[in-house]
Amino acid sequence: MAFEPTEEQKVLKYQELRIYSDEELNNYTEEELKNFKVKHDIPDVDELEKGPWPSFVADSKREALHRKKLAKDRMLIASECVEDLLGQLQVSFDDGETHWKHGGIVGVFGYGGGVIGRYSDLQEQFPSIAHFHTMRVNQTMSKFYNTDYLRCLCDLWEYRGSGLLNMHGSTGDIIFLGTFTEQLEPVFYELGHVLQQDLGGSGSNLRSPSCCLGKARCEYACIDTQDMCYQLTTYYQDELHRPAFPYKFKFKFDGCPNGCVASIARSDMSYIGTWRDNIRIDQEAVKAYIGGEIPPNAGAHAGKDWGKFDIQKEVIGLCPTQCMWMEDGKLMIDDKECTRCMHCINVMPRALRPGADTGCSILFGAKAPILEGAQMSVLTIPFVKCESPYDNIKAIVEKVWDWWMEEGKNRERLGELIQRYGIPKFLEVLEIPAMPQMVTEPRSNPYIFWKSEDVPGGFQRDINVYRAKHKR
Amino acid sequence: MALSTERLGLYNPEKPMQNRLTDLGPRHFWQYFPPIIQSNYGKWKYHEILEPGILVHVSETGDKVFTVRCGGCRFMSVEHIREMCEIADKYCEGYLRFTTRNNIEFMTDSQDKMEALKKDLQGRKHVTGSYKFPIGGTGAGITNIVHTQGFLHCHTPATDASSMVKAVLDDLFEYFQGMTLPAQVRISMACCLNMCGAVHCSDIALLGYHRKPPVIDHEVMDSLCEIPLVIAACPTGAISPAKTEDGKKTVKIKEERCMFCGNCYTMCMAVPLADKEGDGVTILAGGKISNRISTPEFSKVVVPWLPNEFPRYPDVCAHVKRIVEAYASDAKKYERIGDWAKRIGWERFFEKCDLPFTDHLIDDYRLQYDTYRTTTQFKYTEAAWEVSRAAGGIE
Repeated sequence: MAFEPTEEQKVLKYQELRIYSDEELNNYTEEELKNFKVKHDIPDVDELEKGPWPSFVADSKREALHRKKLAKDRMLIASECVEDLLGQLQVSFDDGETHWKHGGIVGVFGYGGGVIGRYSDLQEQFPSIAHFHTMRVNQTMSKFYNTDYLRCLCDLWEYRGSGLLNMHGSTGDIIFLGTFTEQLEPVFYELGHVLQQDLGGSGSNLRSPSCCLGKARCEYACIDTQDMCYQLTTYYQDELHRPAFPYKFKFKFDGCPNGCVASIARSDMSYIGTWRDNIRIDQEAVKAYIGGEIPPNAGAHAGKDWGKFDIQKEVIGLCPTQCMWMEDGKLMIDDKECTRCMHCINVMPRALRPGADTGCSILFGAKAPILEGAQMSVLTIPFVKCESPYDNIKAIVEKVWDWWMEEGKNRERLGELIQRYGIPKFLEVLEIPAMPQMVTEPRSNPYIFWKSEDVPGGFQRDINVYRAKHKR
Repeated sequence: MALSTERLGLYNPEKPMQNRLTDLGPRHFWQYFPPIIQSNYGKWKYHEILEPGILVHVSETGDKVFTVRCGGCRFMSVEHIREMCEIADKYCEGYLRFTTRNNIEFMTDSQDKMEALKKDLQGRKHVTGSYKFPIGGTGAGITNIVHTQGFLHCHTPATDASSMVKAVLDDLFEYFQGMTLPAQVRISMACCLNMCGAVHCSDIALLGYHRKPPVIDHEVMDSLCEIPLVIAACPTGAISPAKTEDGKKTVKIKEERCMFCGNCYTMCMAVPLADKEGDGVTILAGGKISNRISTPEFSKVVVPWLPNEFPRYPDVCAHVKRIVEAYASDAKKYERIGDWAKRIGWERFFEKCDLPFTDHLIDDYRLQYDTYRTTTQFKYTEAAWEVSRAAGGIE
C-alpha cells in the first residue's frame, strides 16, 4: 500500500534547483579549519569543543569558515553572522544573561504564525545578527527526508539566512535560525514555489502536528501515525496559519502506549494507538524467550548481566493487572483485564504483538507547568477507529475547538479550560457519557453540581409554601 | 525552477499578493520513505538491538532494515546536514531521518552496508576531537537530551541550553554508548519555565529558573505594554497598578508573592527577570511518558537551585551523575527512576542520591495537599532523626 498526498508532489532534484556549485560547497580544507579563529575572543565558547559529544561550536565554526570563504555576493546575510552569534554567546556567558530582545512582530503576509521575530540587544557589537528571526518549516511526518530535499533547504538557508538551524524544534518543525526581515517573504516564496513546502505554526494557532515513527519501522504501531498527522495537518491549514484560538493547540500522534512522541504530556489532543482485541501470542517464541534463545526486551539490557531471563519475575510478576499466567508451558493472558501497558510486548516482541483490531484512544489537555501547574492529558475517548479521511476524528476536533474558542480566556490552554469547567461540562460539549475510566477514582467530596432539571420540581420554589410548613 | 538568487527572489514587494502560495502544508511523507520502508510499511514483525545504537527490524516478508542511530545536536549548520547527506547518499540510497529526541538515523537493507556505515560514522570527528556522529542512544541507556534554545536564540532563558546539554552528555557519554542501566533514562532540558522543551515528564529534567522578581522599566511600561494584561498575567496576583513620581502609569510588584515564573515578561518587555546572580538551574526527577507498567508521571523537584556555571556547569553535571549512578546501582531491572524512587520511598531516594532535602522541595503552590504524606508509613533516614532532634523528641 502507498499513501497519497493531498496535492501532487513536485519531484525535487537538487541538481536542478541548487544555488551553490560543488566548488563553492567544498571551499575549505581541514587544515584551514584547524587554524581558523573566529573574529571574536570566545574562550568559554571554545571550551565547548572539548569532550566526546558532538560540539555545536565545532560545527558552527565550519559554517563560519565556509561562509567566510564564499564570495560576498553569494549570500544575502552577512557572512560573519555565525561568528557574531558565537561572540554574543560568549558575552551572554560573561553577563549570565541573554542578549536577545523581547519579541518583535514580523511575519509573512496573511499568516499569523511560522515566523518569530528576534533582535540582538548588542547590534553595534554584532551587526550581522541585529535581526535573527526564526522561521518554522513544517517537518515531514516522522522526520524522514531524502538528500535532494535537505540539500535544497541547505542552499536556500545558507543563501538567505544564517546557515544555522534546528533539526528539529521541540514541537517538531525544522527551525531556520537567523535572517533579516527583508528575507522573510523571499524565503517563504522559495519554500512555496520551488520546494512546495509550507511554514509551520506558532502563536495562538494549531501548532505543527507531529507523530512517532509508526508503521514505517515499528511493529508496535496500531495506527497510521504519519497519514493521520499529514491529513489532519493539511486539512487544518487555516487553523495552523491564522491565529483564531485563545492560545496554542497541539496534536500529537503516538502509535502505541509507549508514547515515543510524548503526546500524553505535550499535546492538547493526544492520539495514542491501541487495540481492542487480544494480544497475539506466538507460544513457540515464548518458549524461546524462556529458554534464553532470544534476548529479552529486544536486547535493550544487554550491557549488564541481569542473570537468566525469568518470565515469572520479569513479565508475569510485573504485569500491572496481574492478568497473565503460565499453564501447561503456555503463556495465558486474560485480555479483558489487560490495560495494554505494553510491558510484556516490550519484553518479548517476538512472542507478543498488539491485537489486530486497532484504533486510538483520545486524551485531552496536556501542557507544561505554566501557569497553574503541569497537566497530562485526560483519557476521554477510549477507542476510536482511525480510517482515512478520519471524519469521525475531525468531528471531535471541531466540537472541542468551538467550545474552547467560545469559552477559553486569552492564553488559556484547553486543559485549563477543562479544569475550570470540570470534565462533566466537557463531556456535554463532546456529547458523550461519563465512564469510570476518565478518573483514577471517584470524587471523595459530595459537592455535586446538580442542575435544576436533575431534581423533580426543579430549583424554583415558593418561600411561602415552605413557611406554611415551617415557622420562622 | 531553480532556487532563485535575486535579492528578493520571487517576491515582489510592490505586489505582495501576487503569486502568493499559501496553505500547502508539509511535503508528503511517502516519497521520503526508503524503498525498504515503503515495501514493508505496516509489516514489521519484531526488532532487536544488535549493539548500542544498532537496530534491526524484521518484516513479515523476511526483509530486514538495519538502523544506525547517532547522537546529534539539534542546533546545527547546513554544513553538518550536507555531511549527513553525503553519508546517506553513500550508504542509504539518499534517505535519512531524525528522531523525536534529535538523533539521526541512517537506515540500510543489508548487514554488510550497515557495518561499513558504522565504521565510517565512527571515524568522523570534528577537528577539535568530538564525534560528529556518535553511535548509541538505544535500550537501557541515556539517549540524546532534548532541549530548548537558550542564549543562542531565546529572549527569556534563565540559563543556556546547548552548552549545558553538551556538558552533561560529555559526562554521561558512556551511558549513551552503553545499555547498562535498569531501564532507559530520558533527560530533557528547558531554559525557563515556559518549557518549550516540555521537560515535566522526564526521568531527569534540567530547568533554567529565575530567582529575582522582575525589575520594572517604568519609563516605557505604559507606552509599550498593556498594563491590564501584565496584571492579569500574574498567577499569584502580585502585580498591581501604580504611578511613578512624575505621574506615569506603571505597575508595582508584591515581591513576596512572586514565584518567578516570568509570565508577566512574556506579556510585557518592561518587566525583565534575567539576573546573573538570581538565575540558575533546577533539577527534577522521576517523571516519564510511557504507560509501561506504571502510569505516566510528572517529574519532581529534587534540587531546588544550582548556579549557572558557564560554560560547563560542573555542579549540574555532578548532580545528574550522582542520581544516575545511585539509580544504576540500586534499581531493579525495568524500573524507571520514578518507579525506583516510589518503591524505596522518596526519603530513601534523597539519602541514596546524597541530596539535601530542604523546605523548597515541599509544594506550597496550588495542589500542595496532594503531595502531603498522610500515613505513619515512612522510613527512618538521617533527615528524619534531625527533625526528631529539632523537635526535642530525642537527644
